[in-house]
Amino acid sequence: MNPFLKRRFFDQIAVMFGREPKKPAAISEPAQQIHVLKRATNKEKLQAATLAHERSKKVHKWRNRRWAVLIVANLMFTFSFWLDIQILEGALTASRFVGFHLIDLNSALQVMLAHKHIIVNLVIGTATVFVLWLILGGRSFCSWVCPYHLVAEWAEKIHLYLVQKKLVTDQNIDRRLRTLSWIVFAMLALATGYTMFESISPTGILSRALIYGPGLALLWVLALLVFEVFFSRRAWCRYACPIGLTYGVVGILSPVRVKYRLDSCFHEGDCRKVCLVPHVLDTVIKGRAVDTEVPIGPDCTRCGLCVDTCPTGSLTFDVKGLSKLL
Amino acid sequence: MSESKPADSAKPPDGPPPPSRERVRQARRRWLRTILLTGGVMGAALSGFLPLVYARTKRLRPPGALDEKDFLSSCIKCGQCVQVCPVQAIKLADLVDGVGVGTPYIDAREQACDFSCDAVQCILACPTGSLAYKKPAFLGSRKGAKLAAAPILKAKEKDAEPTLNLSERIGVARLTRPEACLAIQGKGFKGQVRGPSFKGRLRYMEVDRWKPIGVAEHPYDLAECDLCVRECPVKGAISIETVFAPDGSKRKSPVVHEPCVGCGVCEMICPVEPTCIVVDAREVWNT
Repeated sequence: MNPFLKRRFFDQIAVMFGREPKKPAAISEPAQQIHVLKRATNKEKLQAATLAHERSKKVHKWRNRRWAVLIVANLMFTFSFWLDIQILEGALTASRFVGFHLIDLNSALQVMLAHKHIIVNLVIGTATVFVLWLILGGRSFCSWVCPYHLVAEWAEKIHLYLVQKKLVTDQNIDRRLRTLSWIVFAMLALATGYTMFESISPTGILSRALIYGPGLALLWVLALLVFEVFFSRRAWCRYACPIGLTYGVVGILSPVRVKYRLDSCFHEGDCRKVCLVPHVLDTVIKGRAVDTEVPIGPDCTRCGLCVDTCPTGSLTFDVKGLSKLL
Repeated sequence: MSESKPADSAKPPDGPPPPSRERVRQARRRWLRTILLTGGVMGAALSGFLPLVYARTKRLRPPGALDEKDFLSSCIKCGQCVQVCPVQAIKLADLVDGVGVGTPYIDAREQACDFSCDAVQCILACPTGSLAYKKPAFLGSRKGAKLAAAPILKAKEKDAEPTLNLSERIGVARLTRPEACLAIQGKGFKGQVRGPSFKGRLRYMEVDRWKPIGVAEHPYDLAECDLCVRECPVKGAISIETVFAPDGSKRKSPVVHEPCVGCGVCEMICPVEPTCIVVDAREVWNT
């Protein structure tokens, strides 16, 4: 990693914890050259960009794959129980995949802090899931598995429609809140001995509802969705959910990420409009990229919406080291 | 999502310009929203304490459950115990249980734990040790919670290993309405216990050891009702004894003994409405 990307690497960790993205202090020589070249606007290129931009709207390749994975993963839990096929027993908080323990990292953390006693199965399950998401990209848990993410995406569509109709506006909230909520819930678990977050986690509530049938707890999920539709876009995932931060930390070292290529980018910013966490895409703003190729930071959920949206293919999925290997 | 702050390259040498009134207003509103969301989330989380404060529902937890406080700290709310139970005795609590939402409990009157899994599968399935064969030493044990001996399962009596791997009780059965008890009145029972629509299931060894059937599919014809004793899965936990009534007359009555683990089969099988015998959840044995 060159010094520019190294600085950005640590910068992006700070951004994940809630700092606002800043203009880079230093940009590599080749990237600077591209930035300079881009200032000389080329009309033909712009036209091509507009055309590509128009065409791009129809692509939903990654979204469809992701939804399919998310639905299949959650239905595997459901059908394992309903049909008693015992492939994936339990719920998202803790389960067994053909007998092998899997335990959600944030739930495990809450239980460990609250109970202050850790049994072997808990360690095995937590370690397995840690390695799994280290390989698969940290917050990819959010967009590829979490059932709340899917319903929130649908609610987001309603929200954006209402925004377009000028009936509501997106009220943004301080992103440091998520870090605060992570700390507060960890402290609460430690101090009270109750897994306070688990009782309000929409991920857990929805997962259990899908498997064991609906309950009143869904009202809380509904309340969150209403808040998101009428008040603040994707508020829970963006500003509140400590699970996202936990998996984000795992994702710091993950080889799976979205990669940005500066030279082909037209900087129209479509990717930032569809992104759940646009602060990770600050690098696509004109003049911001520190190098010709920039990996997107750990707070990225690897949902692929930007990859689908990018009309020029400047954003792609990338596995660190794999492209070199092939 | 907020756009990034204005470019700091335009900074005059003598420090940043004072923010405009509009910007200050926006920042203040943003703070208010942040506080609103914080308050909402924390409020929802803390409201989970209310049911604990009122402590209205004392849930009967699955076998091997730690003491309530430890149980609530350690349960990860995954429902694996629900999935392995052969009679589906275990249910998950809902929002009204506050912080206990998603934790397993048994409604014994609807479906008791009849230990038809033999191995206490729910304990085996628990990934966090909320349900445990043997409590970790540091947690301690309430007086009278520990069973004097490993309970002998009537269904396994002829096996090489007749005992159940369980060291603590989850409750104790208690005769709450002796005046209505059929055994005390010397009455018999004929027909379907709890009526034809009752969904509860029970292991009947004489029918199939590994396949519990509906209680409704197993009608009785008893000259003297002893259902709570007859169907109790644990040896020596309850028996019909001759006792003296307050007026000095002799009569028969079910009597609960120390081996009672609190499984709740007696509560489920009692044919009287409402039941004459209930399991007091988390109760200990008082001699």
